[in-house]
Amino acid sequence: MRHLLSVEDLDRETIERICDRATSFAEVADREIKKVPALRGRTVLNLFYEASTRTRSSFELAAKRLSADVVNFSASGSSVEKGESLKDTVLTLAAHKPDAIVIRTPWAGAAAMVAGWTSAAIVNAGDGKHEHPTQALLDVHTLRTRLGSLDDLSIWIVGDVLHSRVARSNIQAFQKMGAHVTVAGPPTLIPRGIETMGCHVRHTLDELGEADVVYALRMQHERMSQSWVPSLREYAAEYQINGRRLGPRQILMHPGPVNRGVELSGEVVDSPQAVILNQVEAGVVVRMAVLYEVLAGARAEEHAPEPSLA
Amino acid sequence: MSEHVITPNAKPADVLIREAHVLDPRTGLDNPADVLVRKGVIAELGEPGSLEAPAGAEVVEGAGRHLFPAFVDPHVHLRTPGQEHKEDLETGTRAAAAGGFCLVVAMPNTDPVIDSAPLLQSLRDTALRDARIPVGFMAAITRGLQGKELTEMAELRHEGALGFTDDGKPVTSAGMLRLALQYQRLCGGVLALHEEDPTLSRDGAMHEGEVSALLGVAGIPSVSESTMVARDAALAGYEGGRVHMQHLSCIESVEAVAAAKERGFRVTCEASPHHLCLTEDDVRGLDTRMKMNPPLRTERDRQALIEGLRSGVIDCIATDHAPHARDEKEVPFEQAPMGTTGLETAFAAVHTELVLPGVLPLGLIVERMTAGAALLDLPTPRIVAGEPADLTLVDLTAEWEVGENGYESRSANCCLAGRRLTGRVNLTIAAGAVAYRTRSLEVVA
Repeated sequence: MRHLLSVEDLDRETIERICDRATSFAEVADREIKKVPALRGRTVLNLFYEASTRTRSSFELAAKRLSADVVNFSASGSSVEKGESLKDTVLTLAAHKPDAIVIRTPWAGAAAMVAGWTSAAIVNAGDGKHEHPTQALLDVHTLRTRLGSLDDLSIWIVGDVLHSRVARSNIQAFQKMGAHVTVAGPPTLIPRGIETMGCHVRHTLDELGEADVVYALRMQHERMSQSWVPSLREYAAEYQINGRRLGPRQILMHPGPVNRGVELSGEVVDSPQAVILNQVEAGVVVRMAVLYEVLAGARAEEHAPEPSLA
Repeated sequence: MSEHVITPNAKPADVLIREAHVLDPRTGLDNPADVLVRKGVIAELGEPGSLEAPAGAEVVEGAGRHLFPAFVDPHVHLRTPGQEHKEDLETGTRAAAAGGFCLVVAMPNTDPVIDSAPLLQSLRDTALRDARIPVGFMAAITRGLQGKELTEMAELRHEGALGFTDDGKPVTSAGMLRLALQYQRLCGGVLALHEEDPTLSRDGAMHEGEVSALLGVAGIPSVSESTMVARDAALAGYEGGRVHMQHLSCIESVEAVAAAKERGFRVTCEASPHHLCLTEDDVRGLDTRMKMNPPLRTERDRQALIEGLRSGVIDCIATDHAPHARDEKEVPFEQAPMGTTGLETAFAAVHTELVLPGVLPLGLIVERMTAGAALLDLPTPRIVAGEPADLTLVDLTAEWEVGENGYESRSANCCLAGRRLTGRVNLTIAAGAVAYRTRSLEVVA
């Protein structure tokens, strides 16, 4: 795999290969010295145009555990604030010859665009409201670890689907892995046409009981000012996953950070059904597997060194 | 009214176009003929091979090619003044000539906006110096396109404004448009309307539907356009005013215009080659050249536009030629400015996508590509002896790849870049002067 730009590009076999490798990397985290030399001498550049703590640190840890060198570049306090274009920034950073660029931007398609401007492997860490493929992979990995398989699972993704790159990547990843996906949320926050992705659409949680997995999305406060929903109070009344709505055999997921008391009640966050911390843990090993995949996996085979003539 | 058009001073052509297939849907001409142009005027039509070139006249071998009345584009952005890094009057009209056009009408959303007579006068002076083909200018309906105060429309008309438009933006306030329609009774001039309700299109960057849902890009719903078309048709009907709806993109808008026309309202409209040839599917790759306003919509919408063109609900084809510099478009899709160039590809695109597959007849396309003139009270190019020569010679069999040899336009943001098209303009005579010829065109004498 040359780049990881979207889940749309992946097939089931690739998703499984990455998750299997993540499983083998999981053992590294339990060592006293949490490092393997797989990417020694490689440089990974984290280029973040949006605030992010967990995704960025997760990528940073992943790269470091594979012994890669890591450079973090965030848009605030940099030339970006002085008006430099994305292309010029990327070309400037590419001059340092990174092997991989992990990029997050508020713009759909930006990661794919960057892939055309540099020879580095590009890993999309979120492009606007489009995709967040490593989140989907770590969510698949979490479920596989917990349940063995996603085949025929019913997974409900609940909340602000309109503004969620996590939803768009996960709808595709879960379906590719054999699950049935339902999206549920306020009609103002379910994008017109989403059903063409193959998911069901619900506007109430009346049938939430059919779900094996409930995946709650983060409800952002700034959505209130634009009247997407009348109030967080009303949103919580209709869509909050709480002890009353979550059944004992259902698994609860959330991409973080959680707004306790909004999309999730405190009790379910702390319940044994919640695998939210497992998702965070999976984040590092899955990102190790992704970096390995683009830097040392299939790509290394494609670019095998020429046999020496000497 | 034609003094409203700036015609560059150029040497009147003396040309004999021999044995081309001459097609003028308005005169019924549809057969091979010789056409002699003397001192810029169509002097004589004759049986193929019958006319002799007078001394000093150039002979152009037209056999195997088609000769049409040259095209008229009522909707282009020539970016002058203020954005000459995208286009100027010379490059824009050169692109137009290369596309077979003999007249283009420039929109006033420049920097500064053409909203006062001195600005218009200065622009017209520049056009006299720089333009390669005749060019007309629209002035703004409201000052600075702000939608708050009417421009001095009467004075702008006296200075040569063909009509008025806030194109690029809608006239959001119904009350403001009503004032403009009332004032139109004094000053004349069509009101050309960019139909969009900003409260519905919000920060949308593409058509709201299947593809925007998949890509997570904010959508511009079809009703953002069609509700305004319906509203403004009603206002025009109520005031008895005359409006021209620009760049229709969806089925609901076509229906709204059809209903208005049925009621006898003075409403005309246009569709662009890109809306006639492309759909939201072409936006999947988030190529910024596919970003325009209104956005490319669904196949069903495209079919409705084609049907509207056939039935005459849509009066004309207009390119909405909207050049942008490379670095402005080389940004993520959501950040990119709206617009595609279109002058150099307009005919070839509709010929390739609509005529060759048998969807629409060639004559109808030629009619719709010249009909923009009458909508602005300008004379329609015709292939008739005694008329000024506004002619374009086209090789309908020539295949080419868009962008393979660059563009005459200063900008390269063409949504059809890389596509193979069939049909190429070989020669354009505009207002009696040769404005464009391909280098490969064989000159016999």
